[in-house]
Amino acid sequence: MARGILWALGVLVALFLVAPIVAILPLSFSAGSFLFYPLPGLSLRWYEDFFASPFWLPAFWNSMGIGTAAAALATLLGTPAAFGLWRMTGAFRAVAMGIVLAPMVVPVIVVAVALLLAFGPLGLVATHTGLVIAHAMLGVPFVVVTVLASLEAFDPVQLRAAAACGAGPVRAFFRVCLPQIAPGVAAGAVFAFATSLDEVVVALFIAGPAQRTLPRQMFSGLNDQISLTTTAAAAMLVVMSVLLLLAVAWLQARGRRRVQG
Amino acid sequence: MADPLVRFERVRKTYGTGAAAVQSLDLDIARGELMTLLGPSGSGKTTTLMMLAGFELPSEGRILLEGRDIAQTAPHRRGIGVVFQSYALFPHMTVAENVAFPLSVRGVGRSERDSRVAKALDMVRLGGFGDRRPAQLSGGQQQRVALARAMVFEPPIVLLDEPLGALDKALREEMQLEIRHIHQRLGVTMMYVTHDQAEALTLSDRIAVFEGGRIRQCADPKALYDRPADAFVAGFVGENNLLPGTIEARDGEECSIRLRCGPLVQASAVDCGGRGEACVVAIRPERIAVAGVTASDLGEGALPATVLEAIFLGDHVRLRLGVGDGGEILAKRPAGVGSLPEPGGPAAIAWPEGAAFAFRDTTPRV
Repeated sequence: MARGILWALGVLVALFLVAPIVAILPLSFSAGSFLFYPLPGLSLRWYEDFFASPFWLPAFWNSMGIGTAAAALATLLGTPAAFGLWRMTGAFRAVAMGIVLAPMVVPVIVVAVALLLAFGPLGLVATHTGLVIAHAMLGVPFVVVTVLASLEAFDPVQLRAAAACGAGPVRAFFRVCLPQIAPGVAAGAVFAFATSLDEVVVALFIAGPAQRTLPRQMFSGLNDQISLTTTAAAAMLVVMSVLLLLAVAWLQARGRRRVQG
Repeated sequence: MADPLVRFERVRKTYGTGAAAVQSLDLDIARGELMTLLGPSGSGKTTTLMMLAGFELPSEGRILLEGRDIAQTAPHRRGIGVVFQSYALFPHMTVAENVAFPLSVRGVGRSERDSRVAKALDMVRLGGFGDRRPAQLSGGQQQRVALARAMVFEPPIVLLDEPLGALDKALREEMQLEIRHIHQRLGVTMMYVTHDQAEALTLSDRIAVFEGGRIRQCADPKALYDRPADAFVAGFVGENNLLPGTIEARDGEECSIRLRCGPLVQASAVDCGGRGEACVVAIRPERIAVAGVTASDLGEGALPATVLEAIFLGDHVRLRLGVGDGGEILAKRPAGVGSLPEPGGPAAIAWPEGAAFAFRDTTPRV
C-alpha cells in the first residue's frame, strides 16, 4: 500500500518533469499549422521547412560551431583549473573554488549585462569570438566540477611514481594523469557544449544577426510568427540533449571501468 | 666509509611547529649495499626515504648522492628509482608500457627500449606478461612490475617503501628472497623501508633502526641481533625478555643486577649506568635453558622457576615461566629434543655467560 503511494508519487513527479517536453514533440510532426491538439495528421513538413529555411539552418550551424568552440575553450581552461584546485589545500582553495564556480551561481542576466558592458569597448559584441568567450565562461564551472569528480578517483601517488620515472610535472600530467581522467574531461566538454547549446540570455544580449543560435532564433520565432517549425527546432534540441546526456553517462561508466581495471 | 653513494648529513625534518619527524640524521649508504630502515610507524623511516626520493624537502642538512647535494633537487631530476607500497603502476598502460615509461621519458630509442624492457621483465620473471594490463595481474606480480620499472633505467639507487606490505605472508616471504636475489645478482644499491623486523633481517646488508625520528643503531643483521645497542633495539629486533632491575655492582662490563621480581643475575653492561641505577636486562628466549629439576640440581647461576604455560608451535615450544615474585620470562626450546617440564611443575632456568645484556631503562612503558 505505502509502496503503491510511493510509486504513484514518483510517477507524478516524473510526469511533472517531462510532460512539457513530451507535449511539444508530437506537435512538430503535425500536418496542420497551429499549436493545437488533436493533430490533424502527421507529416515531416516542419522538419523540411527547418532544413530549407534561411531563418533556421544558419542558426543551427551557429549553435554547433559556437557550442564546439566554447566547449573546447572551456575544457582547455577548466581542466587545468580543476587539476590545480585538486592539488590545492587550505583556505585559499575555497576562495579559488568560489571564483571558478561563480558563473554557475551568478544570475545569467547579470552575467549578460556585465558582458555587454565589458565587450562593448573591446569590440566583441556581435562577434563569434565574443559569444564563444561568453559561452566558454559559462561552461568552465561544469568542466571543473566534472573533472574534479574524476580526479577524486585518481591516486596522487601516480604523480610521484611518474616523477620517480623521471617525468617532470607537465609530462606527468599529460602522460599519466590526463589519460586516466580523460572520460571526465570528455564529459565536462559535453556539459560545456550542452550549456552553450541551450543558452539564450547571453545570446540575446551580445549576439548580432550573424551569431543567432538555435534557442535565440526560437525565441524570436515565437515572438514574430508562431510557426510549428519552432516545435521541430525544439524537438531537435531535445534529441540532442538526450544524446549528450547519454554520452556523459557512457563516458562516466567508462571512467569507472578504467579505475577498476 | 670511503666515498659513500648516499650520505645524509645532519638532516632534520619538521612539520609546522610539531616535534621533528627526523632529528639530525647522519647515515651513509655504500655502493651496492641493501640498507633497510626499520622502525615502528611514525619513527621517521618513511620520511627519510621520501627526502631521498625528493617528495619531502629536509628542513635542515644535506643529502649527498654521489657527492652532489640533491636536498633541493626536484624528484624527477634525481634519477632515483622508487617502488611504492601501493605499486602505483599506471593503469592505462600495459605492463611493457609501464616499464618502458622511464626510458621513453629519457628519450631512449625504440629498439633499445624494447630490449631493455624485455630484460627487466625477465629479471622479475614476468617475460611474456608485457601485453597485460596491471589490473590483470596479482598483487605480487604488480609489485614485480613496479620493481622492473624502478630498475629499468639503471638508477644509482632504488628506494623501496614497504613494498610488500599489502601482500600475504607466504607471498611476502617469497618476494623478500626474490628482491634479495635480484640485489645480489645485479649489485644494485637499495634502500628498503619496513616495520617488519623479520623482513629486515632476511633482506639487509645493514639495518638502521629508527625510533622517535632518530637512528638507534645501524649495523648488519647479526650484530643487531646479537649486540643490540640499547633496550629499544633489543626489544624491537627479534624477541627478547626485557626484565627491569637495579644495578647492585658493576665491574667494567660485568654487572650484578637485582631484578625487580627478586633474583640477582649477571649481565654484560652495554649501555647502562653504575651501582644503584635502574636498568633492563635483555635475554633472548632461545638462549634460555629449561629443565624440570630444581635450581640447585642445574648448577650455579640457575634460577628456580615455575612453568605457567607451554605452547606447542610445531618446530619449537614456547614456555612462559614464572620467576621470583611476579616476574615472567619467555623461553623458546626446540620441540622433540629432550624432555621439557610440565606446566605447574618445578623447573630451573639458566643461560650461558654473555647471553644477558644490561641497558639503560628507556623503553616507554606500554
